[in-house]
Amino acid sequence: MKSISQFFFFAVILIFVTGCTSKDETKDVEIMVSAAASLTDALNNLKNVYEENNENVLVTFNFGSSGKLATQLEQGAPSDLFLSASVKDMDKVTSLGLINEASKVNFTRNALVLITHTDSDLQMTSFEDIDPDNIGHFAVGEPESVPVGRYTKDVFDHLGMWNALKSHMVMGSDVRQVLTHVEMGNADLGVVYSSDAFISDKVKVLAEADPAWHAPIVYPGAVISEAKQPQAAQDFLDFLTSDEGKNVLKEYGFK
Amino acid sequence: MSGVDYSPLVLSLKVALISTSIVFVLGVFFAHQFARKDFFGKSVIESFFMLPLVLPPTVVGFGLLILFGKKGWIGKLLLEWFDYQIVFTWIAAVIAAVVVSFPLMYQSASAAFESLDEKLENAARTMGASEWRLFRTITFPLAWPGVLAGLVLSFARGLGEFGATLMLAGYIPGKTDTIPMAIYFAVESGQMEKATFWVIIIVALGFSTIMWLNWWSKRNMRRFTNEKRNR
Repeated sequence: MKSISQFFFFAVILIFVTGCTSKDETKDVEIMVSAAASLTDALNNLKNVYEENNENVLVTFNFGSSGKLATQLEQGAPSDLFLSASVKDMDKVTSLGLINEASKVNFTRNALVLITHTDSDLQMTSFEDIDPDNIGHFAVGEPESVPVGRYTKDVFDHLGMWNALKSHMVMGSDVRQVLTHVEMGNADLGVVYSSDAFISDKVKVLAEADPAWHAPIVYPGAVISEAKQPQAAQDFLDFLTSDEGKNVLKEYGFK
Repeated sequence: MSGVDYSPLVLSLKVALISTSIVFVLGVFFAHQFARKDFFGKSVIESFFMLPLVLPPTVVGFGLLILFGKKGWIGKLLLEWFDYQIVFTWIAAVIAAVVVSFPLMYQSASAAFESLDEKLENAARTMGASEWRLFRTITFPLAWPGVLAGLVLSFARGLGEFGATLMLAGYIPGKTDTIPMAIYFAVESGQMEKATFWVIIIVALGFSTIMWLNWWSKRNMRRFTNEKRNR
C-alpha cells in the first residue's frame, strides 16, 4: 500500500510541476531562438525590451555553444532564428540549406581583451607589454578547439610572442573557464572577449587587442528556412541591428 | 604515428597509481574505523564521503578550486607558508582523482568490513591477539575481495577523471594533460586520428588492469584457501 501512495504522491508532484511551465496564454506568436551562450545576458535584456514593444510576441531562447546549436539544427531541432558566435558554424548550416540566406546578417562584433584580477597590481597597457619573465600562469582558450583561443593565437602570432608565452599558458575548454581562472586568481592574466570581461566584477581590463591582429569576431544571425514564424523571427533580427538593439548590445560589452 | 608525445600516458599512470594508493589507505582506514561503530553524525559524515559520486564533476572541480585556489582556504596557506601553488600542477590532478575515487573505495571497503563474521575477530581477541595483528591477519585478509573491488574501481575512476581535473589542474600540454584531456581536446579540434589512438590506449589500459587484478586476486584467494586446508 505504501508504495502505491508514494507513486501517487510523485504523480501529483509531476503534474503540478509540468502544469507550472505551461506558457503564457495571452501571447499568440512564439519565436524559438537558438543563440550562442556568450549572448545570454544581453539577449535576456533585449527580450524584455522587445516584448514590451510587441505584446503579442513571446521570445524563447535555447542557449548553447554555436557548434552544438548548429548540430541541433542539423538534426532538425525546431527553431526560428539562429544567432551564432562563429562564422564557421553559420557557414555549416548555410551549406546544408537550413537557413534563409537572404536574412543572414552580422548583427554584432566582439573584441579581445587582456584581463587580470581586480586585486592585481600588474601594470600593463597593451598586449606587447606582457613580459614572459614576470608573469605566472596565463589563461587562454585552447587554440585548436576554442574560438577565443584561436583569436588569441592570431594576436600573439602577429606580435611574435606566442612561443615565448606558451610555457605559461593554461588552456581553457571554453571562454568562461578562462574567465574563472582569472577571477579566482589562479592565473595572473587571461584573454577573453570584451563581453565576458564586462559581466564580471572580479576582473579588470588591461588592454584591448587591435582588431587588425586577428580574424574579425563577428556574430552572424539568420532566419531558419523551416521556421514556423519566419516574419516574427525576421522582425526580432531587425531589432538586434536597429539603434535600440545595438545600444543594448553595447551595454554588455559588444561592439 | 611516429611523432606521438607519450606524456599523457606517463602522467595518467602516475596520477592514477598515486591517487589509488592514497585512496586505498584513507578508504580502508575510515571504513574500518566506522564499520561497527555507531555514533552521532555517522550518517552525515558518510553522506559527505559519498558526495563526489553524485555531484557533477564541474561542481567538484569548483569546490576544489575554492579550497586549493590561490585565494582558497588551503591554497592561501600553502602559498604563504611554502610559496607553492598547487593549482595547475600534476599534484592537482592527483587531488581531483583522490576526491572522486574515494567514495568508491570507501563504499566497497565498508561493505566488506561490515559483512565480516565478528565471531572470528572475537575468537582472535580471546587468544590475546593485538588489534593490529587482528587487523593484519584476520580482518583485512577476509575483507580483501571487497577491498580489491574498490581498488579496481578507484584506479579506473582515477584514470578516467576529467571534469574536476580540467578545472583544478588546467590543460597545460606536456605538464597536466592526462589521457582523457588529450582525447577531449583532440575530438573538439577534429583530430580524430589522435583521439582514436588515445582511446585505444585507455581502453587497453583499463581492460588489462581489470584482467590482471582478477588473475592476481584469484591466485591469492587460492593460496589463502589452500593454506587453510593444509593447516
